[in-house]
Amino acid sequence: MLSYIIRRLFIGVGVLLVSSVLVFVLVAESGDPLALLRQNPLTPAATIHARAVQLHLFDPLWKRYWIWFSHVLRGDFGMNNNNIAVGRQLQIHSMVTMRMVILSTVLAIVLAISVGVIAALRHDTAVDRATSVVNFIFLSVPVFVIGLVLKTFVAVPIDQHFHRVILATAGEQNPLVTGNFFQRFPDYLSHSLLPTMTLVLATYSSWAIYQRSTVLDVMDSDYVRLARAKGISPRRVLRRHILRNALIPVTTVIALDFAGLLGGAVITETVYGWNGLGRFFLDGVNGQDTNVVLAYLLLTATIVIVFNLIADILYGILDPRIRYGKS
Amino acid sequence: MTKQASEEPLASQHDVDGMEFESRGQWAMVVRRFVHNGQAMTGLVAFALMLLVSGVYTALHPNQYSALSTAFNQGPSAAHIFGTNGIGIDMLAQILKGVLQDLQVAVLVAAMSVVIGTLVGAFAGYYGGKVDNVLMRFVDLVLVIPVLVVLIMLAHIVAQQANNWFYLAIIIGSLSWTYIARLVRAEFLSLRERDFVEAARALGASDWRIISRHMIPNAVGPIIVNATITVAGAIVLESTLSYLGLGIQPPAVSLGLLIEQGQSAATTEYWLFVYPAAFLLMLIVSVFFIGDGLRAALDPRKNRVRS
Amino acid sequence: MVEPLLDIKDLDVRFSTSEGETRAIRGINLSLNPREVLGIVGESGSGKSVTALAVMGLLAKNANVTGSIHMGDRELLGMKDRQLSSIRGLKIGMIFQDPLTSLNPVYSVGWQVEEAISAHQDLSKEKRRAEAIRLLELVGIPRADDRVDDYPHEFSGGMRQRVVIAIAMANNPQIILADEPTTALDVTVQAQVLEALQVAIDQSHASLVLITHDLGVVAGLASRVVVMYAGRIVEIGTADAIFYSPAMPYTHGLLGSIPRVDDDGGARLRQIPGSPPSMIGTQPGCPFAPRCPLRKDICLTEEPALRSVSSTTGTEAHQAACHFASDVVTMPLASMFPDTSDDHEEPPQ
Repeated sequence: MLSYIIRRLFIGVGVLLVSSVLVFVLVAESGDPLALLRQNPLTPAATIHARAVQLHLFDPLWKRYWIWFSHVLRGDFGMNNNNIAVGRQLQIHSMVTMRMVILSTVLAIVLAISVGVIAALRHDTAVDRATSVVNFIFLSVPVFVIGLVLKTFVAVPIDQHFHRVILATAGEQNPLVTGNFFQRFPDYLSHSLLPTMTLVLATYSSWAIYQRSTVLDVMDSDYVRLARAKGISPRRVLRRHILRNALIPVTTVIALDFAGLLGGAVITETVYGWNGLGRFFLDGVNGQDTNVVLAYLLLTATIVIVFNLIADILYGILDPRIRYGKS
Repeated sequence: MTKQASEEPLASQHDVDGMEFESRGQWAMVVRRFVHNGQAMTGLVAFALMLLVSGVYTALHPNQYSALSTAFNQGPSAAHIFGTNGIGIDMLAQILKGVLQDLQVAVLVAAMSVVIGTLVGAFAGYYGGKVDNVLMRFVDLVLVIPVLVVLIMLAHIVAQQANNWFYLAIIIGSLSWTYIARLVRAEFLSLRERDFVEAARALGASDWRIISRHMIPNAVGPIIVNATITVAGAIVLESTLSYLGLGIQPPAVSLGLLIEQGQSAATTEYWLFVYPAAFLLMLIVSVFFIGDGLRAALDPRKNRVRS
Repeated sequence: MVEPLLDIKDLDVRFSTSEGETRAIRGINLSLNPREVLGIVGESGSGKSVTALAVMGLLAKNANVTGSIHMGDRELLGMKDRQLSSIRGLKIGMIFQDPLTSLNPVYSVGWQVEEAISAHQDLSKEKRRAEAIRLLELVGIPRADDRVDDYPHEFSGGMRQRVVIAIAMANNPQIILADEPTTALDVTVQAQVLEALQVAIDQSHASLVLITHDLGVVAGLASRVVVMYAGRIVEIGTADAIFYSPAMPYTHGLLGSIPRVDDDGGARLRQIPGSPPSMIGTQPGCPFAPRCPLRKDICLTEEPALRSVSSTTGTEAHQAACHFASDVVTMPLASMFPDTSDDHEEPPQ
């Protein structure tokens, strides 16, 4: 098992390197980071030249990549186009985003499993058909539409009704609210509620649909029939046989989807004006800021690789048929 | 005393015609199951209606979606059933044009995904070994680069192109095939061991002939289902990019772009936001319903009868 | 006359599906005596498995079951899952067709046998484990005390079926229902599994209902045989009566399709042409008529009832559903269906 994990991590690092080269070339060749500076006719040519030297724009591509790579090894991920260390920024913005992502993931898992299991147990009833339609609707709505609908048709009417901001729709916190965590908590809640809900609704549905179908598959299996034929209680059949087996594939799918959740979070942040990874990344893209884009890529790609590995390890733990490392 | 039972032809399943008949019968069953699935038919009818109405309308009034008028910001009325926007353009014309635009992108994306995904998956699964390893590491690479990153990076360049939907579709399509590739590979790994493939090989059929004539037809069910799902996914992606300002650019129209333009007025001029959003939702839901109906029709184990 | 263990009366099972209503069982009457081995034979789709699942209350939810199934003075039909728990496993054990899918892949075989024990017996942890090992040994798992913690995927198909047999006999049931217990197995393994089954019924003094499409499997074990076709019993009698003087053309056909050890190697296997009828909707007449070499006009219009047959062997309760049962019973075996190969002359028996 351990040797399997180590081998997978090696492959993962390789994939990270190759993808960073690809994205580096993509960003470096796709635009001019000094475009904004050049647009201003008052900028002296010397300034532009100095900035270009500072950003190593005259060096060959491989050398620029190496400079960037050495900064990654040092942990600061280089400077952005405004000469601010990217590593520190990445950390600050990640904290904001992760707050939303982690809470949303937990809530979405609970919601998805409950909805999926209940729908399967009530197979072919009105409950099943109704949840199925609702699931498909949330599967279909793009996350920005969910965010906009909650913002305009939930938050705005509520706030107007009470004549004060109960559900905040802009920013991740009110910078004027200070104090310790408990004093700031109501403000956090007010800002986080709708974005978190948006992400939960955009995420849970595919898991719920999958959970429903795995429970149906397992309920239909021979071993569940044999378990029922043993005369154990229906409750025990459900818990020890149906759920125990039906949760295995869903667990791995959730682990695999975690990285995709980040994409949803980026869009949710845009809708609600959060200053998280999404803002960080989109600003980087718009400013042709190579180091910022690459830092974002490294973070998300690492998450993809790590969670792929976690999914495999979970599968190995949950299903005794899977044994890694042998042959 | 014994009498031959030869007066009426009995179902013979051994001759070659019988096999043809069998497979044709299978597809008839699939169609029948699909038709009996209320959700799937709702999706199909809704999709067909949207396609028909927007196609006919846009053909009859090709420039209506950009025609200015003095009816600024008017709510739904007999003249403009979905109202008008701030510069007097009819929302209905814009929405219908947007539906067509979204579908144009999505169908191209799905076609690319099917072709690339099937080829990569087929070669990986058929040849296995080194070929499989190399192709699957490539799939890993495509998967590891978050789709949104590349889309946003490249879309930024593409955004500057005139009439950019084509480039946008090519970019989304060249990144959306990984799922179909994995699926086809898995199908092929198991098909490879089946008797009819062995038989074709023993008869000296070329690899390409075995892949194209014997194996792909047997994997076509899951491919169709996932092509449908890819269409839905592509609409979501395209509209999201357009919402972020990185997809379809004005003066072209897409539903995501319309939602972006209408969002700030959503509480006052609701029609600028609600109708495009509703059409976007209907479009995606109907495609998902069709896809799910196809999946259920092709894989009817769920409601089988035990005997 | 002994009191039957299980008494099935007018059992009727319909499934409602999207393609219409399927009548899987059409009025079955059958009783099972203590300590007997009853074989139920028929092609797939004839309703033999559905009968067993109906007894256990394990049919899918879309099944509509009418009639009655009595065990002692208890009516099993219509019981809730909770009430059936006191029958399943304790009074009736069941063995399913495919050993590869019958065991839960995520639990060790010992765990699964222990679960069957603890469903009906209150034993300490150690005793339960010892009992599980004893059962596994009984059904012929070598080194059972070593292998008790292994997972199903570490066992072969035959070994897994033995585990399932151990589960079925764990609480000394009165009845063991074995639904095609050897169909999914290699021929060489089949005999061993049937032996394990014999051990199981000897140990628990249970009656065995052996459901199979293979008359050869039934031949060595069953004392009484039921032949099913299209959801009905078409012939019932002692094993001798069924094997030596079948009174229904379908039974003749089944007998022709088993290889016989007393063949001198020249005779080809015969098969019944055609396939069983669709169970959707109802057609008039004998359901076997389209495939029957003896078909007359009456067969296409009137479905024959199950009637007693007078024959020289096994006169006791030999019944068949054929208009010409009294003719059929006198016919020599393997003469009715044409040889499947044209170029081959039938050697004299």
